[in-house]
Amino acid sequence: MVAEQSIVSRLLNGLNVLLLIAIAVLCILPVWYTLAISLSEKSYVAAGQVFLWPKGFTLSSYEAIVSDHQFFRSFWISVQRVLYASALSFLVILLMAYPLSKSAKEFRPRNYVMWLLIFCMLFNGGLVPWYITMRDLGMINSIWGLVLGGGLPIFNIILVMNYFRNLPKEMEESALIDGAGPWRILFSVLLPLSMPVMATILVFTIVYHWNEFFQALVLMTKNDHYPLQSYIRQVAVAFDPTEVDEETAKRLTMLSDQTLNAAKIFISMLPLLVIYPFLQKYFVKGITLGSVKG
Amino acid sequence: MLNRAFTKHFWLMLIPGLVWLFFINVLPMYGILMAFKDFNPGAGILKSPWVGLEHFEYMFELDDSSQVFKNTVTIAFAKMVGNLVVPLVFALMLNEVKNRLFGRTVQTIVYLPHFLSWVIVAGILLDMFSLHGPVNRVLEALGAEPVHFFARADLFPALVVGSDIWKEFGFAAIIFFAALTSINPELYEAAAIDGASQFKRLLNITLPSVLPVAALVGTLSLGNILNAGFDQIFNLYNPAVYSTGDIIDTWVYRAGLINMQYGLATAVGLLKSVAGLILISVSYGLAYRFANYRVF
Repeated sequence: MVAEQSIVSRLLNGLNVLLLIAIAVLCILPVWYTLAISLSEKSYVAAGQVFLWPKGFTLSSYEAIVSDHQFFRSFWISVQRVLYASALSFLVILLMAYPLSKSAKEFRPRNYVMWLLIFCMLFNGGLVPWYITMRDLGMINSIWGLVLGGGLPIFNIILVMNYFRNLPKEMEESALIDGAGPWRILFSVLLPLSMPVMATILVFTIVYHWNEFFQALVLMTKNDHYPLQSYIRQVAVAFDPTEVDEETAKRLTMLSDQTLNAAKIFISMLPLLVIYPFLQKYFVKGITLGSVKG
Repeated sequence: MLNRAFTKHFWLMLIPGLVWLFFINVLPMYGILMAFKDFNPGAGILKSPWVGLEHFEYMFELDDSSQVFKNTVTIAFAKMVGNLVVPLVFALMLNEVKNRLFGRTVQTIVYLPHFLSWVIVAGILLDMFSLHGPVNRVLEALGAEPVHFFARADLFPALVVGSDIWKEFGFAAIIFFAALTSINPELYEAAAIDGASQFKRLLNITLPSVLPVAALVGTLSLGNILNAGFDQIFNLYNPAVYSTGDIIDTWVYRAGLINMQYGLATAVGLLKSVAGLILISVSYGLAYRFANYRVF
């Protein structure tokens, strides 16, 4: 009886593990497929013969990218955007989170500012007023439009603010007694204690700005101002399979350089693929910080 | 006493953020006036003539407005359910595996799609599901007719919901993993001594411990019922699937920035923003009342 039960439960556990492996495979399959395409001979890809393993192995797609100036220009714009946005967001979030972590008793306007932020987080003017405003501010074709255009990162401010509030009060008090001012307390006492949450918001900021594609489509009038994702969209996605019949679609797909696009897609996701496993513990912490509260 | 002296410095610290907030978040709200005006780019917002509620009336007369609303809610609701159930079941499945290395490896892998942009995912999906792509090759091998997936209006919502779950379920499971690791292991030990089977323990200890978190996640997601996922649909859709795939946000984009119907697009966007604000406030209120959840 006992042995029988354990056979059933072993079987179920084995099945469970197999299913989990299948799910994990399903998650990397599209990435793997893209890599296989990018390393294959064009003719095999066009004939639909490549799936899990490159056929007619070649690096020619990657060689072709080397001479693609727009790809590098866009890559560089994305790098700049991520750098500027990370530095700026880091500083602004840190500076705002500290006063807001005070109670209304300690900093009287605290709750009014807080409600203003919450309102702006939940309500916005919509796409068209945003575009008109950005245009009037001279953000067309400017990288600052991409850096600032998403608006104040309010959610991240709240994350850091909550973190500050949960730090032991004694740290700040003893610094006060030693005669430290607010700036000193923030940068020499609180900041070193807040590295986990600051790393979390840094991850969120980097991922958001690397992946964001839409603002550039709206704000940039010339393609050479596109960041990488907007450029990829232009070459690999913005193709309409339905305007044309099947035969033409097939011909168009053969013309549109599938292997080259796959190589571009692969390179554009590579930076995040490489870094996210190392940052895992930070974003996991950030998610739980922001979501479960007693 | 000391804090009074700090107030000035606190304001100084807030200034950079408040300036950013003012120009990018607050200033566009003034553009909402366009919803009630016949906007003339030459004259500017203030000098354009008022038209009252004309844009709103026109919106309700449009044939596609009810369809677009229906598409939005259908897709958003399906995503809401899928992105609650799938991560929960997945987290429970992974929780039953006692090998930590296996668990961590699977977790790392399933987080991956979350970090890819919709541009990239759409690029890959459109290729994999194209007429000559690998999915159709498999169908062919099974003897089925090839399917023009992303040109089929009847299949589009399912593809959108499915690919969204594929992309986000791993990341969405993080919150459930956190809840699962906070269960007191003594509960399991006590149950094992009492002779409870693995299944019984799952049913009577694990499940009741994560259900409150699931209820909270579900409640909070109610506020998103008008957000069907612009980034995703914008990259996947095409005119052939507008009938089932066009959502409020994509419609506003085309009306406003492609067809230059500024007033109309602003009106629709405003209606969505107001409804969204109410929905989110209600869902947060519910979460606060029943789960003592607070954002700040």
